[in-house]
Amino acid sequence: MIPLSWYLLVAAALFCIGLYGVLARRNAIGILMGIELMLNAVNLNLVAFWRYINPSDLSGLVFAIFVIAVAAAEAAVGLAIIISIYRNRDTVNVEEVDLMRG
Amino acid sequence: MGVQIAFFLFSLIAIIGALLVVTTRRLFHSALALVLSFVGVAGLYILLEAEFLAALQILIYVGAIALLILFAIMLTRHLMDPRARAFNEQWWIAALVAGFLFVVLISMILRVQWPVREASVPSDLIENLGSSFVGEFLVPFEVASVLLMAALIGAIIIARER
Repeated sequence: MIPLSWYLLVAAALFCIGLYGVLARRNAIGILMGIELMLNAVNLNLVAFWRYINPSDLSGLVFAIFVIAVAAAEAAVGLAIIISIYRNRDTVNVEEVDLMRG
Repeated sequence: MGVQIAFFLFSLIAIIGALLVVTTRRLFHSALALVLSFVGVAGLYILLEAEFLAALQILIYVGAIALLILFAIMLTRHLMDPRARAFNEQWWIAALVAGFLFVVLISMILRVQWPVREASVPSDLIENLGSSFVGEFLVPFEVASVLLMAALIGAIIIARER
């Protein structure tokens, strides 16, 4: 059987790659893709812990399913906001969206 | 041995896909790489004997979220000059932060003694999952459906033409 730490290492790598994407991209859709990668890494962790620590307790799996549901809601609202910004300000570059800057 | 090979294959797919997502200059290509990464993670779910979650991953992430992202890219496409910078000036700080976090996580994962137990997945897993959604997890389940409803209406109202 594959050791638990291998899965955790893959999830850590995915999370850090996603974090880099979130911090370095200029396009808002690119940032959203980084967030999806990070959520995926978290889900991988949850499922790995469920499988290796107590597979008969379902809460790990259920939590992963809720994370997927929240990710879907987040993607829908996030992309709607991006389209709205694109319509009103004619940009999707987060550096140019500074309406709320003091 | 076959399981290890499959594990390396799927993790390679997931990680290479993720790297392409954050490094490609063309956003459209990075959305396609995102699909690749999702499929790799779905494979890892199958190796973890969570086939139901693998199916959910393919249906929701590949089928819905990636498609939504592709739509958003196409709707905002003519803005994106491929010669323009895809990354901000602080990208090297971002790389530093992500790399540092990765090193911290690796050292922690390898140091901790995880309380792993040898146990097999119950054969009536999906049945239990279904009944727990209308039993033990009824309230979060309903809250999730309210959340999806709110997100649906909110997305329509926010993106609507005025």
